[in-house]
Amino acid sequence: MTTRRRFLLGGATAAGALLVGYALWPDRRLARANRLLTESAGPLLTNWIQVAADDIVTIVIPHCDIGTGSFTALSQMAAEELDADWRHVRAVAAPANPLFANGALAEGFLLDERGMTLRSIPVFLQGAAATTARGIARFMNLQTTGGSSAVSITGVYGMRIAGAAAREMLIKAAAARMNSPVAAFHTASSRVIHSSSGRGFSYGELAATAAHYPPSARPTLKARGQYQLVGKPIKRLDVPMKVDGVMRYGIDVALPGMLYGAIRISPTFGGTLHSVDEAPIAQHRGVKQVVRLADAVVVVADRYWRARAALDALHPIFDPGLHSELSSKAIHDQHRAAISSGELKHDTSIGAGAEALGSGPTVENTYSVPYLAHATMEPMSATVIARTDQSLEVWAGTQDGLAARAFCAKAAKVPRDKVTFHLLPSGGGFGRRLPGQWNFLTYAVKTAQAVPGVPVKLLFSREQDMQHDFYRPKVMSRFKARIGPGGLPEAWVNDYTTGGGGNSEAHILYDVPNQAYGFAKVTAAVPTGPWRGVESTWHGFFIESFIDELAHAARRDPLEYRRALLQKKPRHLATLELAAQRAGWNAPLEPRCGRGIAIVECFGTIVVQVVEVSVSDGGEVKVRRVTAAADCGMAINPDGFKAQIEGAIIFGLSAALHGEITIEQGAVVQSNFPDYRMLQLADCPAIEVHIHESDARLGGGGEPGTPPAAPALVNAIYAATGIRLRDLPIDTGVLKAGAASR
Amino acid sequence: MGIRLNVNGVHRELDVEPEAPLLWVIRDELNLTGTKFGCGIGACGACTVHVDGKAMRSCVVAVDSVRNAAITTIEGLGASGLTAVQRAWIEYQVPQCGYCQSGMIMAVSALLAVNAAPSDAEIMGAITNICRCGTYPRILAALHALARGETMGEV
Repeated sequence: MTTRRRFLLGGATAAGALLVGYALWPDRRLARANRLLTESAGPLLTNWIQVAADDIVTIVIPHCDIGTGSFTALSQMAAEELDADWRHVRAVAAPANPLFANGALAEGFLLDERGMTLRSIPVFLQGAAATTARGIARFMNLQTTGGSSAVSITGVYGMRIAGAAAREMLIKAAAARMNSPVAAFHTASSRVIHSSSGRGFSYGELAATAAHYPPSARPTLKARGQYQLVGKPIKRLDVPMKVDGVMRYGIDVALPGMLYGAIRISPTFGGTLHSVDEAPIAQHRGVKQVVRLADAVVVVADRYWRARAALDALHPIFDPGLHSELSSKAIHDQHRAAISSGELKHDTSIGAGAEALGSGPTVENTYSVPYLAHATMEPMSATVIARTDQSLEVWAGTQDGLAARAFCAKAAKVPRDKVTFHLLPSGGGFGRRLPGQWNFLTYAVKTAQAVPGVPVKLLFSREQDMQHDFYRPKVMSRFKARIGPGGLPEAWVNDYTTGGGGNSEAHILYDVPNQAYGFAKVTAAVPTGPWRGVESTWHGFFIESFIDELAHAARRDPLEYRRALLQKKPRHLATLELAAQRAGWNAPLEPRCGRGIAIVECFGTIVVQVVEVSVSDGGEVKVRRVTAAADCGMAINPDGFKAQIEGAIIFGLSAALHGEITIEQGAVVQSNFPDYRMLQLADCPAIEVHIHESDARLGGGGEPGTPPAAPALVNAIYAATGIRLRDLPIDTGVLKAGAASR
Repeated sequence: MGIRLNVNGVHRELDVEPEAPLLWVIRDELNLTGTKFGCGIGACGACTVHVDGKAMRSCVVAVDSVRNAAITTIEGLGASGLTAVQRAWIEYQVPQCGYCQSGMIMAVSALLAVNAAPSDAEIMGAITNICRCGTYPRILAALHALARGETMGEV
């Protein structure tokens, strides 16, 4: 009988190691898990945690290493509860097999055990079906690395519990050996010690015996005050592999007899390949095949540069399809029309809603953000062997190994169990490698099928990567507010465009008695997808720009104004104060310099940033300093958390200062770093990150630092120049003209 | 008719076209994958290697032009263990995804070899590699520590 039971898996591997993993699976699958482990190179992999006879503790991470440090933070959480000696702790990526999914955690723990509701599960976990139990079931087979969820979900609901349960099993084993009660023992540094006699056993000695005990689903967890590893700035486990060229990313796969594919995709969205004349490359060395796909051509050769040179010599003809007239201007007009048409879908309202605007004077402004590319440093790539027996083997970096396996099976039209997917570290993710954006997997699978039996590494050039991304959407947002006698808003009405439904991120933190939200759906042929910080990146910019305008309209200090509106939110208030104080908010600045502030809560973490800029008479903006404060409950690894916030600030500033993907004649205009600029060392401001600790549930770390950067920047530019920029990226021409007309 | 290359002190005869980009010869012929592909036009620096000690962006260097040169990749940087720059990168926890860091470390090492204590202006002028994760504050902190001769812990 297949009964789903919510408990920990525990058992022994063939090598006699203890393994423990939290799961919501039929018990019978434990045998399969064990078999999988022993099939993979020796005592390498366990379900969540393995304690081997040689004392080595291996933590299996159901996420992809995209550079956020989650392997280390998750290992800290497991090792903390296990009382493991950190020197013996290793982290490995879980294989892309359902036994190692993290989706089960969401169903198992989030729903009833922690008193959470479906609404409090991150949207990316809810799947398309959103709020039904079926929606949850859909991601049972996911290993998603997104939504800043590794620590706040996998860590809290998986790692800690598995670690604590394994520790209890080890104590039971020691108690049995000495024929003493478990209460007579304590643990420290990978040893179980008999407290009165001081006699002890290493975890390795006990592992095989411990594996015979069933793990408790409700082990005793440590209180925060007892932590020795969690909350410490431990050096990341992955860093040494990233300074000597040893780390192998998806692009680095090397297989015997491997061929290389260089691809050119239809430049226009929705275009198709009409024809390609192979004559120009007839004499090209190493070229094996020209593969014609529905909307792309791929040259397969024995070396990448040969494939690339041959591709560059071809002149494929594409049918441009239906969208060859599409332009950024047309899309902008489409958004403007949607916002002003009045055909807005009502989302939610508070108090009297839009009625509260009344008939008196209101403040009204409209803002917009452009399409943005992810531009991970490692361009998209995947290596695939399509064997003649229908089996498929894939090597790639994605943000969800399990779903990628299913996706490849579907693309190849083969059963899922015919596909082996090797999830490799990625040179940046930022959302680009999440499900829904796997065009590189499709092209790689189709190319490999055209060259059966041979591994083919398909690699996007930077130009293809930039022009065939799934972009941060273009969004427009209009606000109307009525200001009360004290200068604070009494009515707040916000209508915005969206590619889908309403966004909860539009809802303000501020205490405004009457609020109303509406949205207009706008679709274009430009593919879009999640981008570091997702909806918060645009709503954060819109809200924090408009609230700043209201503060200035009321002739009140922007910090003090926010403070007045956050009186009922102590965590937000404390984070705001911390950033302002460390930034020296009131310290005088030279002319043409200014400070701007913004507060955004994203994936459960509150981040406040104070940006300090100088603006030259030529309109050039120099970001001099960014002071951030963040409350994620507790930072598991404070140094790693700070690094994420620092990087996210730079990511946000790059976008606000320079980032824009434009469309002309149905195609992306930008092609490489020179026309899709990002900050370099010389542009980098001094950045300080301060952590505000609280008792709140753990929030995310990878994304929440991005959203406040853009609004804090434009607010600082306003403070420096008196010019309000409402469209991103910032327009230095406007700032130059403003300086000239002073 | 091969091309003779000296990479990390090893001389090899390679059957490649003279115009083949050094980056791809290093990666695909020599299987030294620590040197990364980022842009293909010399704009990002992920492919930086040393050619006779000088930092060069190997994606825009024809292999023919370096046949008499001593080429060093990230794999050949610390002939015996990690260099001070690599240890500083660990000490200051610089990498995030790590993809650009081989190139970054090669560029920084070349700078420090000719200027052990560069000013900020000299650093900004010399290090124009792109890091999408935004590790710049830590790169700068590590560089400052190296410039003031801070001893980096063994790892």
